[in-house]
Amino acid sequence: MIIDADSKIIAEKGDTMKICITSQGKTLDDQVDPRFGRCQYFIFVETDTLAFEAVENPSAQFSGGAGIQSGQLMAGQGVKAVLTGNVGPNAFQTLTAGGIKIYTGISGKVRDAVDKFKGGALKPTENPNVGSKFGMPGKDK
Amino acid sequence: MIISVASGKGGTGKTTIAVNLALSLSNIQLLDCDVEEPNAHIFLKPKIKEKIPAFIPIPEVDETKCNACGKCREVCAYHAIAVIPPADGEKGKVLIFPHLCHGCGACSLLCPQKAIKEVNKEIGLVESGDSGDIKFVHGRLNVGEIMAPPLIRQVQERIDPSRTVIIDAPPGTSCPVIAAVKKSDYCILVTEPTPFGLNDLILAVEVLKKLNIPFGVVVNRSDIGDDKVDNYCRDNGIPILMRIPFDREIALLYSRGIPMVQGKPEYKEKFRAMFNIIRKGRS
Ligand code: SF4
Ligand code: SF4
Repeated sequence: MIIDADSKIIAEKGDTMKICITSQGKTLDDQVDPRFGRCQYFIFVETDTLAFEAVENPSAQFSGGAGIQSGQLMAGQGVKAVLTGNVGPNAFQTLTAGGIKIYTGISGKVRDAVDKFKGGALKPTENPNVGSKFGMPGKDK
Repeated sequence: MIISVASGKGGTGKTTIAVNLALSLSNIQLLDCDVEEPNAHIFLKPKIKEKIPAFIPIPEVDETKCNACGKCREVCAYHAIAVIPPADGEKGKVLIFPHLCHGCGACSLLCPQKAIKEVNKEIGLVESGDSGDIKFVHGRLNVGEIMAPPLIRQVQERIDPSRTVIIDAPPGTSCPVIAAVKKSDYCILVTEPTPFGLNDLILAVEVLKKLNIPFGVVVNRSDIGDDKVDNYCRDNGIPILMRIPFDREIALLYSRGIPMVQGKPEYKEKFRAMFNIIRKGRS
């Protein structure tokens, strides 16, 4: 059973859910990428078995719409929660429309982020926490 | 004849050149196409007689017809659409991000369900009027709006072919600049004799060569930097049309919104001479 920081049950015992963590590399031991739409890799993890798949972010180089298309990818993959550093308004809207929970402010190793999530230490965010184009080179604010 | 005034970067005095050239000649129409930050009006103080909203067509989805097939998202080159697939008994849905939409029409054309219709979204205003004998038109892009090229095109629809047209283009070398200079017969590139100025000048020159538009250079604050811009122009056969040395008086006039030819009328002759070079160069 996975319980979040608000004591809401988000997955029953025996259930697994697919979550996605933005990562700077292809393994669970890589660091979380602070950008959502323009992260280097998405790591999709099954919470029960920790089976994972790393996918290079196809939208990382888009001049616009990277957050939207990354959000789209999450929805298409049936992801239930996204763990990342920062989410902009477009990605937030897309993920929310897809019923996907968003956890921001995540850093450190991907594996540790998954553990924290499973341990119920994380609280989903209710707002985008950066402006658009956050991950653009030269626009790091 | 249409003369555009452009610059590889902002702050070089592009608007100063456009405005003062306009004030030195007769039978002029000035189009301020720097729609994100128009400021020719600060110097020309035109009486605006007409304000027309500018629109682009953006898609609107009829949810009863849409089956969330995802085609519209695939065809959108600007990544402005997300399609959330149906899941957990919920119907799929289409999200449109209007501020990324370029109004190209691909999505509505290619939706297999004919579920998309186009609705107008206002992106800004085209304002026109007179400043003395000068006919004046400019575009003002709404705050937060990024679709400058369609607004620039709508400003240019008002070109009066019976006049000498001067276009104040946006700074830089991106799409809005190309939209602004594309129709011109000649382009004046304004630069400063600094390493940054040269770098941006070279980029702008490449663009104009691709567009096949003849051009020349005005060196502003010509005495503050080095001679690299001069050397570059000489080596590449680019005419230097005019040099304006740094002058405290000019800077002061500028900060008060007074065109330099009004404070320093001797410059009128120089602007006319420049116009004659441009006109001769074309014939
Ligand atoms: S192409 Fe048409 S039917 Fe398919 S998702 Fe888009 S709006 Fe819906
Ligand atoms: S009109 Fe063109 S740019 Fe706008 S959403 Fe449709 S396909 Fe994308």
